[in-house]
Amino acid sequence: MTVAAWAWLVLLAPLAGSLIIAAGFRVLSKRAAGWIGTAAIGVAFIAAIGTLLSLLDLPAENGGREVVSTAWQYAAAGPFDIELNILVDPLSVFMCLVVTGCSTLIHLYSVSYMTSDQGFNRYFSYLNFFVFSMLLLVLAGNFVLLVVGWAFVGFASYALISFWYRRSTATAAGMKAFVINVIGDIGLVLAAFLIFREFGSANYLDVYHGAHDTLSLNSGVGIAICALLLVGAFAKSAQLPLHTWLPDAMEGPTPVSSLIHAATMVTAGVYLIARSWPLFEMTPTMADISAIIGLATLTVAATIALVVTDLKRIIAYSTMSQIGYMVVGVSIGAYTAGLFHLMTHAFFKALLFMAAGSIIGAMAGLQNIDRMSGMRRALPFTTLMLIIGALALAGFPGTSGFFSKDEIISVALERGGFYTIFAIGGYIVAFLTAFYSFRIGFRVVAGRPCDEARELEQGHLAHAEHVNPATGEPEDTDVGFPGSEHHIAEREMPMKIAMSLLAVGAIFGGVLQIPGVSHVLETFFEPTFEGSHLFHIVPSASSAWVGLAIGAVISIAGIALAWYCYVARPGVTLKLRDRFSGIHNFLQHAWYFNELIDLLVYRPLIATGRFCNRFIERFIVDGIVVAATSAVRGVSGAVRQAQSGLLRAYALLVVAGVVALGLYFLLVAGS
Amino acid sequence: MAIEWYLVLSALLFATGVAGVLIRRSPLVILLCLELMLNASTLALIAFSRMHGTEDGHIYAIVVMVVAACEVVVGLGLIVAMYKRRIPIDVDEARRLEG
Repeated sequence: MTVAAWAWLVLLAPLAGSLIIAAGFRVLSKRAAGWIGTAAIGVAFIAAIGTLLSLLDLPAENGGREVVSTAWQYAAAGPFDIELNILVDPLSVFMCLVVTGCSTLIHLYSVSYMTSDQGFNRYFSYLNFFVFSMLLLVLAGNFVLLVVGWAFVGFASYALISFWYRRSTATAAGMKAFVINVIGDIGLVLAAFLIFREFGSANYLDVYHGAHDTLSLNSGVGIAICALLLVGAFAKSAQLPLHTWLPDAMEGPTPVSSLIHAATMVTAGVYLIARSWPLFEMTPTMADISAIIGLATLTVAATIALVVTDLKRIIAYSTMSQIGYMVVGVSIGAYTAGLFHLMTHAFFKALLFMAAGSIIGAMAGLQNIDRMSGMRRALPFTTLMLIIGALALAGFPGTSGFFSKDEIISVALERGGFYTIFAIGGYIVAFLTAFYSFRIGFRVVAGRPCDEARELEQGHLAHAEHVNPATGEPEDTDVGFPGSEHHIAEREMPMKIAMSLLAVGAIFGGVLQIPGVSHVLETFFEPTFEGSHLFHIVPSASSAWVGLAIGAVISIAGIALAWYCYVARPGVTLKLRDRFSGIHNFLQHAWYFNELIDLLVYRPLIATGRFCNRFIERFIVDGIVVAATSAVRGVSGAVRQAQSGLLRAYALLVVAGVVALGLYFLLVAGS
Repeated sequence: MAIEWYLVLSALLFATGVAGVLIRRSPLVILLCLELMLNASTLALIAFSRMHGTEDGHIYAIVVMVVAACEVVVGLGLIVAMYKRRIPIDVDEARRLEG
């Protein structure tokens, strides 16, 4: 099969799965729907491998590995000619592999994890639809299809966050995510318009190959295009200040958080920046701004993750922080490093969320880490997976996160000058990351077993009243609320398999790019980034290893501090919290970003709305309407007097009219 | 005989008809007066036709008579219907269309 045929199969398998599950919801049993969904994504993954292998057969030089395949003409109006085409090149194939690979495992995990949920078939239909949208986003060959995929992904995210649609907090979170994503969509659509105006085409290859000739360095229109692209990218990838939806999105089922809000969807912005590298290299100002926002996000999110007590929210903030690293990477020209980190992050973050799901299952739905302790004997497998995930997140030497994170930092150091701040910031946050990832690790695993853990050690899974973990409202277990049973990895084979495979990726994913040893990804990406002058800024192996050594020391120091605070001397952090309650409060409220947006956007909008209602609507609009109606009523009242209903009066009017007319003509004729 | 006499007669007949329509309240008499106006115009047509020595006026006169016959059929039908429904035979009473 050709490259294009494989790529279309990647795209169509999840769509078919979604439609089959949706159409057959009455016929298909729960297990059948789950397995069809998993199989559809599995087929897509195999097809992605097929695409990769057939793409590698093509010559790498002169755009040989940029395959465009057109299905049909999508929209044509004058010079505006859009085809339904996909672009298969190393970057899109890489994204397809990451998306389908993680998705297959998460579908497998969900088959067990969501078993007792009443909306099982709907869940899998949505999940397959999400994978289809994401693949459309990464395979699209022009900006119009990109916008379509972008919006589909936003919808799928909304549908899955509010999957438990009778939970008021979940529906509110879904709406928040959707609204912020739409802001990003607007940015992207406007960027597409501008690009079409400047380049006369919306096809990627025309735009990117023409960027160097069409745009001058740091031109105004180039800056506008890049700024609008960044609005889209930052809304999807939860970067400041459009990040507030991501922590709230944790209201969705845990596998959804794992797939969409950690491994795949939120990296779409990183993909977009990497994909648009020719535009950003022509406007280095915007690339620098993007990197600065990435740095701000990774710092802010990491500090918040230090104090949050909701297990899933800690991981969500860590996701924001890690995406910040990726944004910094692809913005300063460390494309390989940024995308490498995207891949390793997908492995270890999906794994961490899966472990969190299992722990939440053991805690009968509770998510507060203050209540968790001593899970190591009750959940030996989950504990192992959690520690592996946390080690990779902390960048422990040898794990995948160790190589990918430090590669970004070493490229920043190599560029030097202004870019050194990204390296320094990256190292500081790496320390915080190591600390908060083992804050989760040690608090959940170490210490005296909590009641639920002790119950589980005796072979009994804890049960609790069904309540909303955020508000404590009572719930039932019917459709629209979580199901009656919780599931832990220790008792479910599919969950174990999914987590084990991800753990292998989280540990050994780093072998693809070891300085001085292997450069698989760099070689692979070369055709996509052909012509980029930043792509070839690669630190020498020796300086990269120095960077890695610093990273290793920082990572171990962070873990050691976490050990000291939570295992050796528990209670130290409580004292710190009381001592610095101001800072703690500030971080606890997530730097007051929600309040800031409330103050700067929501309140002015509401005030404007109230003003328009009270003044423009009540006085001006209503005034015009009332004046018009009363004028019509007055005139009609006067005219109505003629309607006496007397036949003879009407006859008299006719006669008088005829006489008047006759007299007029006589007078005119006479004069 | 000069044409003026015919026209004067026609005008007098027409004026009588108009006066009848405006003054009388019985629909039957109003119909009669309408006929009178039609016939006044027919008379004028015939007179002009004689004056010109052509037949056009005669044709029009016959058309007017046909129209008059139709009008009488509808008008008398209405009056019979009013009578049957015991509605007062008086145009001033039938004023439901008042604004």
